[in-house]
Amino acid sequence: MASIAFNDDSAVVIIGSGAGGGTLANELCQKGIKVVVLEAGARQSPQSFVNDEWKSFGQLAWLDPRTTSGTWRVAKDFSGLPAWICKTVGGSTTHWAGASLRLQEHEFRAKTVYGDIKGANLLDWPITLSELEPYYAKAENKMGVTRTNGIPGLPGNNNFKVMYAGAKKMGYKEVHTGNMAINSQPRDGRGRCMQLGFCFQGCKSGAKWSTLYTEIPKAEATGNLDLRPESHVTRIEHNDKGLVSGVVYFDKDGKEQRQKARVVCVAGNSIETPRLLLLSASNMFADGLANSSGQVGRNYMRHMTGSVYAAFKDPVHMYRGTTMAGIIRDESFHNPKRGFVGGYEMETLSLGLAFMPAFLDPGAWGAEYAWWMDHYTNLAGMWLVGEDMPRETNRITLNTNVKDKWGSPVPNVHFDDHENDIVMRNHAFTQGERIYQAAGAIKTYRTPPYPSTHNLGTCRISANARDGVANKWGQTHDIPNLFISDGSQFTTGGAENPTLTIVSLAIRQADYIAKQITERAI
Amino acid sequence: MRTIPIAPVASAFSDCEESGIVPKQNLPLARREFLKGSGILMGTLAAGSVLAGLAPSTVWAVELKTLSQAEGETLMAMARTIYPHKKLPDAVYAILAKDLDGAASGSADTANMLREGVSNLNSMAGGNFKKASDAKKLAIVKGLEGSTFFGAVRGQCVTSVYNNDMAFAVFGFPGSAWEKGGYITRGFQDLKWLPAPPKSASPSAYMG
Repeated sequence: MASIAFNDDSAVVIIGSGAGGGTLANELCQKGIKVVVLEAGARQSPQSFVNDEWKSFGQLAWLDPRTTSGTWRVAKDFSGLPAWICKTVGGSTTHWAGASLRLQEHEFRAKTVYGDIKGANLLDWPITLSELEPYYAKAENKMGVTRTNGIPGLPGNNNFKVMYAGAKKMGYKEVHTGNMAINSQPRDGRGRCMQLGFCFQGCKSGAKWSTLYTEIPKAEATGNLDLRPESHVTRIEHNDKGLVSGVVYFDKDGKEQRQKARVVCVAGNSIETPRLLLLSASNMFADGLANSSGQVGRNYMRHMTGSVYAAFKDPVHMYRGTTMAGIIRDESFHNPKRGFVGGYEMETLSLGLAFMPAFLDPGAWGAEYAWWMDHYTNLAGMWLVGEDMPRETNRITLNTNVKDKWGSPVPNVHFDDHENDIVMRNHAFTQGERIYQAAGAIKTYRTPPYPSTHNLGTCRISANARDGVANKWGQTHDIPNLFISDGSQFTTGGAENPTLTIVSLAIRQADYIAKQITERAI
Repeated sequence: MRTIPIAPVASAFSDCEESGIVPKQNLPLARREFLKGSGILMGTLAAGSVLAGLAPSTVWAVELKTLSQAEGETLMAMARTIYPHKKLPDAVYAILAKDLDGAASGSADTANMLREGVSNLNSMAGGNFKKASDAKKLAIVKGLEGSTFFGAVRGQCVTSVYNNDMAFAVFGFPGSAWEKGGYITRGFQDLKWLPAPPKSASPSAYMG
């Protein structure tokens, strides 16, 4: 591992080590570029992960204070926890389920295809599916996505059996165990899935792809990476030419440090990334870095989500095996006849007994609720995830009334569901319930959205500098050596789980940064 | 998940499903040092229940440090009204009382809030909440929805009542799977009441 001096201004500094930051770091290191990764969280390993929902949550989740506002139900149920994402080396790739789907062609052209939707700030992506396809292929190979590169699908568990039976009775066609970045057979030095059932708690077998034990050690092996865990960045600095020059952070001992940089790439997930740009406001950039468009922090998307749980006469034991064990894709297409634009995916999901009472219907109680817990072993579950509408008013702002332990204003996450999100959710709830009824459910339950796991769009990429924060490479329109390298880049959300796209964009961005460095453009 | 020392640990229950062997745990009984506390909650696990069948002794006891025995028992009755599970023994609801007692020991404000809440419950029940009928208890607790007291007790229930070994055993969740090799050879696809999906949708497991 490299040791890069604080005053060395030749390195690329990446903030965050998740799907975006971790991948970008490895790609740059492989090209011989020196990289400093500043990760706010500590370093865990498959050995230190625990098959215990609350303990693991304490080990991996981002629990720094945040506030919420808006009419979304998360603001009521989890007012201090708008998002369920991670603060650890590997970021939320430790926690993610592994679903690796490409965005669809039309989803890159949401404004053109969906038209003007009132109350939505739609925009076409500055890139097309065909431009991204070679990078999707590289990402799938890197991550070992099932049903690509000759990798077999995973074996379906009981939860999938139930979903499959119901879906087929409903006439759904595309139903299978998904495209998962979980080894169905040994690959890339990692074993195959042991069907532990604790995907969300960090994969103890290492079968699920996470930058923690793939990209990061590979980057370390090049000798070009200086990874600094427990390093919380509070500010990005710039010089009088308006180029970023370094970052200020607090190290694991709480000591303030200043790392010089040639290029800064921000990959702190869609809440911390815009927050950091806003926290870095200066005389030259009074509204925050790279914010001449006023779009930093805006267009916050979290995907339309919800879950359906169903109780059956006989046992299911949904907790056994891969959490996201299978998918129905038939509702993911754009078909406005359903009463909404965009589409949604249906993916199996389960919660352990510890999380079930916290998330089945937060705040609910009484005999009816107890009935569901009494029938825990007979439950099956699915998650509904679809495209939500970007809105300028759904945004991350600095809440100056609340400070974190470094004295910075905490991020406030404001969200109001768009009418399209609500209509889509109700459609998805209805279809999910019908699927389980077709499989013989005795009762079904509509579970409201969990704290956001798919946080997107707050520094979106745009063809025109006036519409977004960064260009088609994630390079900010205003500051050529400042990059956005995570899901904040998403111009629109698509229906698909976003990690594969984040990784593909990072591989593509690494090529661009390397070229720009070679050409001395940055 | 926690193991609190009034019950066998989780592995004791989950192991027996596979091996049939039940490791016995020592349940601590009320000892002299309990007398230093402010109250003791005690009970027995019902003979023949899933837990009693596994435990070497059916007696359990929990020491309170700040709340009285009567206050603890009232909170247990309230918890059983909020999340009524016939299958759960009082020992599980005693964990709630113990955890709230812990919060009360750490904060005088919390202690006062809980004491006021308990006394409120009793006065609304005409003297003794514990002795009220289930319907009366439910009506009283419903009337408190939205209060700080209700929120504190219900919120604590989510982890205290459900995230413990006894609840896991009663509801049939085996907890940690790693040390048992996951479910790849232990029934992750053993559901027989629906047809198995075709291999194209759900390929066979790789077994080396």
